[in-house]
Amino acid sequence: MNDMFIKSREIGKPFKLSRRGFIGASLGALALGVVVPAGRARAQAAQAVVPGTRVSAFIEIRPDSTVLFRSAFIEGGQGIFTAMAQIVGEELDVDPANFTVEGAPPGPDYLLIGGARFTGGSMSVRMSYDAMRKLGASARMMLMQAAATQLDVPVAELSTEPGRVLHAKSGRSIPYGELVDAAAGLPVPEEVALRDSADFRWIGKPVGRLDAHDKSTGKAQYSIDLKVDGMLYAAVQHSPHLGGEPDSLQNEAEVAGMPGVHSVHRLPGAVAVVANSWWRARMAVEALQVTWTEPAPDVSRAMPADFSTEAHLAALKAAPGDGIAFEEEGDVSAALAGAAKVVEASYDAPYLAHGQLEPPSALVRWNEDGTLELWAPNQAPEMFQAHAAKVADIEPGQVIVHSPLLGGFFGRHFLYETANPFPQAILLSKAVGRPIKLIWSREEEFLRDALRPMSAVRFRAGLDADGLPVALHAVSAGEGPAGRWFGRDPDKVDSTAVEGIAGKVYAIKNRRVGHIHVDDPAIIGFWRSVGHSMNDFFYETFFDEMADVGGHDPYELRHRLLADSPRHRNLLEAVAELAGGWKRGPFEAEDGSRRARGVAMASPFGSEVATIAEVSIQQGQIVVHDIWVAIDPGSIVNPAIIEAQVNSAVALGLSSALLEEVVYVDGVPQARNYDGYPILTPDQMPRVHVRIVESGAPMGGIGEPGVPGVPPAVANAVSTLTGRRVRSLPLSKFSLEEGGAT
Amino acid sequence: MDLTINGTKHQIDIEPETPLLWVLRDELGMTGTKYGCGVAQCGACTVLVDGVATRSCVTTVDSVVGAQITTIEAIEEDPIGQKVVQAWVAHQVPQCGYCQSGQVMAATALLKETPQPGDEDIASAMVNLCRCGTYNAIIAAVRDAAQA
Ligand code: FES
Ligand code: FES
Repeated sequence: MNDMFIKSREIGKPFKLSRRGFIGASLGALALGVVVPAGRARAQAAQAVVPGTRVSAFIEIRPDSTVLFRSAFIEGGQGIFTAMAQIVGEELDVDPANFTVEGAPPGPDYLLIGGARFTGGSMSVRMSYDAMRKLGASARMMLMQAAATQLDVPVAELSTEPGRVLHAKSGRSIPYGELVDAAAGLPVPEEVALRDSADFRWIGKPVGRLDAHDKSTGKAQYSIDLKVDGMLYAAVQHSPHLGGEPDSLQNEAEVAGMPGVHSVHRLPGAVAVVANSWWRARMAVEALQVTWTEPAPDVSRAMPADFSTEAHLAALKAAPGDGIAFEEEGDVSAALAGAAKVVEASYDAPYLAHGQLEPPSALVRWNEDGTLELWAPNQAPEMFQAHAAKVADIEPGQVIVHSPLLGGFFGRHFLYETANPFPQAILLSKAVGRPIKLIWSREEEFLRDALRPMSAVRFRAGLDADGLPVALHAVSAGEGPAGRWFGRDPDKVDSTAVEGIAGKVYAIKNRRVGHIHVDDPAIIGFWRSVGHSMNDFFYETFFDEMADVGGHDPYELRHRLLADSPRHRNLLEAVAELAGGWKRGPFEAEDGSRRARGVAMASPFGSEVATIAEVSIQQGQIVVHDIWVAIDPGSIVNPAIIEAQVNSAVALGLSSALLEEVVYVDGVPQARNYDGYPILTPDQMPRVHVRIVESGAPMGGIGEPGVPGVPPAVANAVSTLTGRRVRSLPLSKFSLEEGGAT
Repeated sequence: MDLTINGTKHQIDIEPETPLLWVLRDELGMTGTKYGCGVAQCGACTVLVDGVATRSCVTTVDSVVGAQITTIEAIEEDPIGQKVVQAWVAHQVPQCGYCQSGQVMAATALLKETPQPGDEDIASAMVNLCRCGTYNAIIAAVRDAAQA
């Protein structure tokens, strides 16, 4: 995902945000075509604005000297609002605790990710760090200039302390709040000096989260909680197969007469009921007896009625050839031919659901001036704005997008053509002439979520006479989400399909990583750590297979192959030290249980991560006792938030390793709630130990990098305990009897 | 129907089988109590009914007439709830925060019933799901709240 935006820019094609026309819409026919990303269009239209520089777009200092800050990035638990307050507050000289942060509206000022804007790819801090520091410093300078005029002293004689400008000579000071009007009229300075990092008071410190109290007392408001005057509630029932349309509604009159029901609607691919409470809307829409048409032949992305994950996996495994090369070094064929031993294995990983705890919703209001207001969970306000404008048939500038706190996201809230409720809410609101809050039930969410793709990989490695790998050949089959959503060049490999198999740091001379594109019939999307979420599992468990066949300890072999890579070698040593030293096992723990450890490394999103897991098997269940993570993001903003994010990433990575799998039979997902799609429970949570290593390398990401190392570290430990390799996830499918053939 | 919520009586005219969750959220505008799954799987909707942690998404409103219902909105009016909230902030428990109303209610119910819970007590009471994986921070905060 690091490369996804860059890649689509390189190709120079417009982002394809939608490929499927809404067919048979009874609320007005809508054709959704190719949409130029709002970000780029606006950036072109508004050349004058350099993103991240206009102080007034970001910072509002209130009369009491507290700050309202508009963040280009959306808060979904990753702590970005607090990080922004730390970074800006450090230079502005305002205590982060005196910040209120909200998601910024769409606009050219906020296009901080290479001229576009989204919250993802673990990019927020690292892509905006310099600009946000400069912004804070500029605002501080403007306040000092205003104070200089007011006090009639040279600006050079002024300094600041949190929230006020000081004139030390005369002992006078003016609170920021009293300088705002004068400062606002000043030009933004061209050049400002930044604070020396040695003097940081808040950057790099475990500053408390701004939202901790509100989130502990139910005061934090998410999209699903919002309300506007005159609002009605809506619930939907989707076609079981994507692409099917509502045909006859047998009991429409009866349902229209249910308590509280306002109206019954047909939507593209769904039926809806509008009512005076969501529960009534839901009861009514679920009571509707709908006959669904089979998708018309020209409907793209229609779900085939016979689609099954089992058959799709078989197709991925059978995909012939070596694919298009993504990474190629040396001569892998010759090295394999000359190898003393060849190791071969096939791996696969399933579809995953996001399972964020807040079900998707959208609140829509048409205003009298013709503007449309939209409140919806989103990671990309400009893209939502552009798409909403299409659906509403108005100009993007007439759509006001609000981006409330996200009740978890993990990649769920990008613009995915059929996975977002807001187009439905727009149509319903237009139809009833009232504001609408549409909520998808958890069951509808499991039906329409955009899934982490399924993938299968074949590995072949050549070992020399000393059992050291000299050749690695990998062929991955599947489809990456970046190609799906941002345009795919058929001659090139989508990096999000292979990241984590490619880009590994071990010194293996001859390598080829190829990819075979297999169109995925499901709606696929970004899932925390994207391709890394499964590819590092494939690679790092196969690594242990190479180590075993070559007669090497897996930790020692990693260490040896990192001899020329001090940053990674240090990190590997750091995680071993954190774990009290490396031991593979099996060994007997103090409590008498038989345990083993697995190790894995990953290089996701500009950060480096080394992970060790300690595992036992008790009463036929895998128990993960401890996970140690050493993470090197180069440099950091908030160690407490990093530790929390690593905990969170470990939980999600472990959940995927142990439990998660979306299964389709006959074109429908078998699980429609958490009872059928279990996620990690409190009793399954290991102790998590984190060491942050600041190597000084360019700043990397934090939100996602903790995920990829967990599945392979756990799987490697399970293999050591059972004597059999784990080559498919989740582990809940794996027979835990010990011993036996691989 | 008469409901007593956070010590205040509310007159509600609604189908008796409506889940308490939706009466709170849509009829009374008390949105601190969250909808996560609707089928008693996640615990985001946890409220106290006569002091007992209860999943309001599967609790019909007619079954709680006459009971004392406590929601997250009144949590800091309760001395134990207040301790729990303080511990939650001290341990910086919430990430996305969506599950946390339910977690705080579950912790408060536990400490009302068992002021000095052991590890087993905590494990059997704190079973709500958290997709952000705040489980370790939750346990640490519950232990602290019990000491406070
Ligand atoms: S919403 Fe009630 S348990 Fe999930
Ligand atoms: S804090 Fe996000 S679900 Fe628990």
